[in-house]
Amino acid sequence: MAKYIIKRVLISIPVLIGVVFVIFFMLNVVPGDPVTLMMGEHIKPDLIEAFRERMGLDDPFIVQFFNYLKNALQGDFGMSYKLKREVSDLIFQAFPQTVKLTLSAAMVAWLIGIPSGIIAAVKQNTLIDRGFMTFSLMGVSMPVFWAGLLMQYVFAYKLGWLPVTGYKTWQSFIMPSIVLGWSSAGTIARLTRSNLLEIMKNDFIRTARAKGLRETTVVVGHALKNAMLPVVTMMAIQVSSLLGGAVMTESIFGIPGLGRVAVSAIGDRDMPLLQGTIIFTTMLIIAGNLIADLMYSVLDPRIRCE
Amino acid sequence: MSEQQNNAELLKITDLKTHFFTHKGVVPAVDGVTLEIPKRQIVGVVGESGCGKSVTAMSILQLISRPGRIVSGSIRLDGKELVGAGIDEIRELRGNKISVIFQEPMTSLNPVYTVGRQVSEAITTHQQVSKQEAKQRVIDIFKAVGIPEAEKRFKAYPHQLSGGLRQRVMIGMAMVCRPQLLIADEPTTALDVTIEAQILHLMKQLESDFGTSIMLITHNLGVVAEVCDYVYVMYAGKIMEQANIFDLFDHTGHPYTKGLLQSIPKPMAEKQRLYNIKGMVPNLLRLPKGCRFCPRCEFAMQECHEHEPELYDAGNQHLVRCFLYKNGGEPA
Ligand SMILES: Nc1ncnc2c1ncn2[C@@H]1O[C@H](COP(=O)(O)OP(=O)(O)OP(=O)(O)O)[C@@H](O)[C@H]1O
Ligand SMILES: [Mg+2]
Repeated sequence: MAKYIIKRVLISIPVLIGVVFVIFFMLNVVPGDPVTLMMGEHIKPDLIEAFRERMGLDDPFIVQFFNYLKNALQGDFGMSYKLKREVSDLIFQAFPQTVKLTLSAAMVAWLIGIPSGIIAAVKQNTLIDRGFMTFSLMGVSMPVFWAGLLMQYVFAYKLGWLPVTGYKTWQSFIMPSIVLGWSSAGTIARLTRSNLLEIMKNDFIRTARAKGLRETTVVVGHALKNAMLPVVTMMAIQVSSLLGGAVMTESIFGIPGLGRVAVSAIGDRDMPLLQGTIIFTTMLIIAGNLIADLMYSVLDPRIRCE
Repeated sequence: MSEQQNNAELLKITDLKTHFFTHKGVVPAVDGVTLEIPKRQIVGVVGESGCGKSVTAMSILQLISRPGRIVSGSIRLDGKELVGAGIDEIRELRGNKISVIFQEPMTSLNPVYTVGRQVSEAITTHQQVSKQEAKQRVIDIFKAVGIPEAEKRFKAYPHQLSGGLRQRVMIGMAMVCRPQLLIADEPTTALDVTIEAQILHLMKQLESDFGTSIMLITHNLGVVAEVCDYVYVMYAGKIMEQANIFDLFDHTGHPYTKGLLQSIPKPMAEKQRLYNIKGMVPNLLRLPKGCRFCPRCEFAMQECHEHEPELYDAGNQHLVRCFLYKNGGEPA
């Protein structure tokens, strides 16, 4: 088990370096001089030259990349052009909000998705099943911004139950996490349902019934753990879609998280800041995948024993 | 029938019909089966693949799932009716008074739990015992069914065990509550000949030690000859012949049974081959009009194509569903 964990962690290192490389390449080699872009057209050429040299922008690409990597490994992602602050500081200020938002959205997704999937499977082809599945389809197909505005209108503006925007109280996270988690909840509910129905056809389910177990024990005790295996994989994939959705959600609800930082970095053409947030988000995704993988191996002895 | 043994009867199935309601039509997998299992006996059920042996067995514990359903008939355990009984009542029997060894050892165990846990569960579901005691009993039963290193194997996951060991685990699970009736659906098909002999010995011992009755479903008439007291021969959802083990081999009645006997594999042959009576098992959706076997029967008469024969009494609890026995005793 420990060996498996170490192996998985080691595998993610080259993945991370590869991702940094691709991001760095895309943001630095694509046409357009970042300095001109940043400073505007009407700056004296010698000033630009001096700046380029200070930032090491005239070095060959590969040298720039390794310098960046070396600094990044020490937690130094450079300076924000626009805000004139350490990128790492800005990220560390923003990322707790994003983590809070994604984790609570994930909670919403699991706590709603898994039980509704189970209930829909057990009550297959009944009205309850159809109701749950319609609700989850709505979650999957409703765009985040639309659901967000709708909820703001109803619960904040009309009913006044919750704050419209903000991030300082836990109440202000309720709507954002529901909006963000709903679509994942829908996906998880559908996957849980279909897996559970598939698993229930297995011979070992008949064995469990033949032992005299209650149907609830058969479903929750014997089928669910097997059915959760693909769902856990799905959750790993959803870490990235949740983080992606967080960009939109943060903008709608005024949460100063990584998404907001990235969006304003794009607007300001603030290359180091954009680069830093993307790489940091990638790290979060890789970590999420790692956790999901470990959960998988806890659930499935066949992987654990390899 | 002359002898009445009502008091020694454990299970009595009367005119059981279990049908599958598929979109292609109704499949009468079990079509009016009457069968008795006396106390302390090993009763064999034989027949070609697809003739309804497993469905009959699964009907007893109501383990038939959709689109299948018991349509009519009666199943009595110690005189108590099971058809129409509540699910709680049936659950109380499952794994406790009646247990099953399934045909598919490779897939009948849950891959995500240890085998020890899965067998313990059979005990703790029906009895108030401590975890420790349950574990000890599982280890004991593992030893009894010949699983080497039983303590170590308690913690093993199914994928870590060979097919033979998994089947032993299944047998252990079925025996651990000392059932009154053990339904063994081809328990030794997946095992090699030596292990098969050990398992059969074990089952015989269970019968003699605890008075467990056994319903043994098999393809292998050699196995039947070795352990069974009485045998039912099934074909296309119906009982074609029933007799005690000596009459079945020495005074074989039905042409179908004769065919089965002729296709017993040679004792020395390594792999068992399937029966090869000429022709094919009929499609249950389109059964022939008269006797179900007559398209394949070399003795078929005009009558056989027109009417379905009943079970005729050939004496000594020997019944044959064949017009040759219409007048009882020896073939006409
Ligand atoms: N789920 C199902 N849907 C439709 N028909 C079914 C279903 N399960 C079983 N049957 C039918 O029931 C018949 C009897 O099946 P059963 O499993 O009892 O055969 P068997 O005698 O046990 O054969 P084998 O020796 O291969 O195990 C088969 O012919 C099959 O067509
Ligand atoms: Mg079968």
